[in-house]
Amino acid sequence: MEKDEIHRRSTASSSSSSSSLQPRWFASAKMVAIALVPLAVLAAMIAFIFGPGQQFLGTGTPLPEISIERIEFQEGGRIIAYIRNTGPIDVTVAQADVNDRILPAAIEPSKELPRLVEAKVIIPFPWNEGEPYEIGVTSSDGTRFSKGVNAAAPAATPDIEQAAFFGLIGTYVGIIPVLAGLLWLPFIKRLSLQKYRFFLSLTAGLLVFLGIDALVEGSEIAAESVAGVFNGQILIVLVAILSFLVLMYASTKLGQRSKGRTATTTAEEEEEKVDKLSAYDDSIHASQAKKTLDQQQQQQQQQQQQQQQQQHHLVVVKPVAMALMISIGIGLHNFGEGLAIGASVVLGEIALSTFLIVGFMIHNTTEGLAIVSPLAKTKVRRMIGKIIIMGLIAGIPTIIGTWIGGFVYSPVAAIIFLSIGAGAIFQVVFLIYQGMAKEETERGGKIMSDASIIAGFAAGMLIMYVTGLMI
Amino acid sequence: MITLKVIVVVAVAAAVLSTAFAVASQSFVDFLATAQDAELRKNTIGGHTAGYGLHETSGDVLDPASSSSNTASDEVAIDPDTYLRSFNYGRVSNLTNGSTVREFTLVADDRQTMEISPGVFYNVWTFNGTIPGPTLRATEGDLIRINFINNGTKPHSIHTHGIHKAGMDGVFETINPHGRFVYEFYAEAFGVFPYHCHVTPLEEHISRGLYGVYIVDPKTPRPEADEMVMIMNGFDTDFDTENNFYSVNTIPYYYMHHPIEIEEGKLVRVYLVNMLEFDQINNFHLHGNLYQLYRSGTSMAPDEYTDMVTMSQGERAILEFNYKYPGQYMFHAHKTEFAEKGWMGLFVVKDPTQTGGSDGSDSSSTRLLETKTISGDVGT
Repeated sequence: MEKDEIHRRSTASSSSSSSSLQPRWFASAKMVAIALVPLAVLAAMIAFIFGPGQQFLGTGTPLPEISIERIEFQEGGRIIAYIRNTGPIDVTVAQADVNDRILPAAIEPSKELPRLVEAKVIIPFPWNEGEPYEIGVTSSDGTRFSKGVNAAAPAATPDIEQAAFFGLIGTYVGIIPVLAGLLWLPFIKRLSLQKYRFFLSLTAGLLVFLGIDALVEGSEIAAESVAGVFNGQILIVLVAILSFLVLMYASTKLGQRSKGRTATTTAEEEEEKVDKLSAYDDSIHASQAKKTLDQQQQQQQQQQQQQQQQQHHLVVVKPVAMALMISIGIGLHNFGEGLAIGASVVLGEIALSTFLIVGFMIHNTTEGLAIVSPLAKTKVRRMIGKIIIMGLIAGIPTIIGTWIGGFVYSPVAAIIFLSIGAGAIFQVVFLIYQGMAKEETERGGKIMSDASIIAGFAAGMLIMYVTGLMI
Repeated sequence: MITLKVIVVVAVAAAVLSTAFAVASQSFVDFLATAQDAELRKNTIGGHTAGYGLHETSGDVLDPASSSSNTASDEVAIDPDTYLRSFNYGRVSNLTNGSTVREFTLVADDRQTMEISPGVFYNVWTFNGTIPGPTLRATEGDLIRINFINNGTKPHSIHTHGIHKAGMDGVFETINPHGRFVYEFYAEAFGVFPYHCHVTPLEEHISRGLYGVYIVDPKTPRPEADEMVMIMNGFDTDFDTENNFYSVNTIPYYYMHHPIEIEEGKLVRVYLVNMLEFDQINNFHLHGNLYQLYRSGTSMAPDEYTDMVTMSQGERAILEFNYKYPGQYMFHAHKTEFAEKGWMGLFVVKDPTQTGGSDGSDSSSTRLLETKTISGDVGT
């Protein structure tokens, strides 16, 4: 609602300034026409290339390409391969095989595959559990495309039993460890400032590791299962940067809003008043929420003034918001982790041994620590519920991830989620250090000369690396 | 705490949006694909071997083992039914000394793309537009004259196995595009021989299809029989020096859905030649029977009574057998890989007293096969 307001205001102001000389429609029509000129030239060029220009430019032989994205082994002797035409030309599928032996198969919806279209190849075949298979399809020009599976495992059918199994794994791997990690809060609260800074930096180290982990994981998926046409690796970087920027924008806005609400307080003051703020009663906010419409206009005016006055000012996000952002970032990361677990079970790539589950548990417990670290200087008595919710925000996506990964795995979606998670995590790390850097500059020091901060960061990454060895 | 609420809203919105994206990325393309195919067609696939599940599909069936393609016949590299029993005796004339002259014309081409397996189109190199080229047949002592025309874009030649002068061997006299050559030699020793292009890279010129069968009958003919030619071959369609398809007479599985009809008790003679490239060993196994094996066909006395003969590239033999009982009998490479990539077929042995005038249309024989398919164990 608020955004609409702003939007309307801004369009109104811009139109009023331009309408002074010419009729409004004329100006905008002219603008549109100018914008369309290059597009018109482009369209003419394309028409030329497809028409008379074809004979000059038709060089080289486009090669067909079919990607086998997913292979499913169904009970009752049936193998399903999900294939996609990822080449530059339409293809027709001629034959299918298992282990390079031609077999009768069905292809749905059609053996004609236009560019980027997916099809499902059904091969009746009495497969054996735990054994490797290679599934192939041959296009009409005789090129064979294949994909191997290390160990055939029955496909997860989306029934309650399977969903419950995945839910159980997700709970063990995601929710319990994160909630357990939250119990570090009382410990964190009793630390001296210097030690606290060590742990806050350790959190950043943990997060950076998770972010890199997400990017590497995404890159692996992109290399293995995403066809070149989707530019998987570029997509990862792109989405991660976008995610970072969007969250950066959101957190800056949130920071401005909180300042707007306490119009007289500066950012530094607010930081000092964090304790009071966090102890705010919910009822106050409820009453504030009713008044928001009136307040927003005031706020915006105030903000504009403030922005002019305080453009040099760094916006610092409140600890609770910071913790929530960390939990969202971790939640996205855990979602990716869940996707990987679910997909691995389905693809028969890992047997979910108890050892592996224990590894994930130890690894993920540190994530709980990351969430509570920013809350060390906050009164938490009335926030227990909120902290638990944050733990759940971080943990529950694991379960959702295992469901999606197990039932409707899509490698492209997987790398997108992993990249969003990475961007979110790096943004939180940025906020943590932004906060610490501000404190340091106020005290006249520099962040990189603080031993506890450097040591914490290193320790955080090392902890993650060591616990990651168990997975 | 309004901050917190906003963040929660943002988080929830992000989660919903991203989930929606995940689902959409999965189903949007599916939607595109299914939208084209609204009308519901139902086809059933099942293994030709009992125990494979049956599957009913609204899509297309990919099953080279139980159906041939719908491609127009002139786009298919060969009609295996016609090829099987076609023998080309040439244009016959006589020399003044009384001996027979048999004149053949073979045209090489390397520009066509033809179907070599159901739905698979490949740049084939052919003699007279087919793979294999026509079967040349003469009697021992005849003068053979082959007018060779190279209609292709690369040099080609004809190298015939047998006894002839060095200049007629087709090895050193390669014929350039648009070139001609006349090969002339006496049909010497009787037997069964391959002929093929002998231009390098030899592997390519042979595996692309420039080969055929050349039969020299003994002066005293062999006993009357139902004669047929089978050339064991294969195709490497993805250029990894491994065959993607194996068969007799080019089209994989063809004689599975078009079984070869023979008469119970009647002598069958198969002129068998192995022209398979890339794989050293190929063989021929006959079910429910044994055959007299005449290696290279150069003797009137059989070498062996067996149901298995193993051959390297260029080796050949004459097989003679007759069936005691009616029914369907398989023949295939007893190298299972080759069999499961197309090198298998069926003889249908008919009792001549029962079926009378049955000339056995294709549909009746394929129906026989289909009834077996339905014995699969899984529905839906």
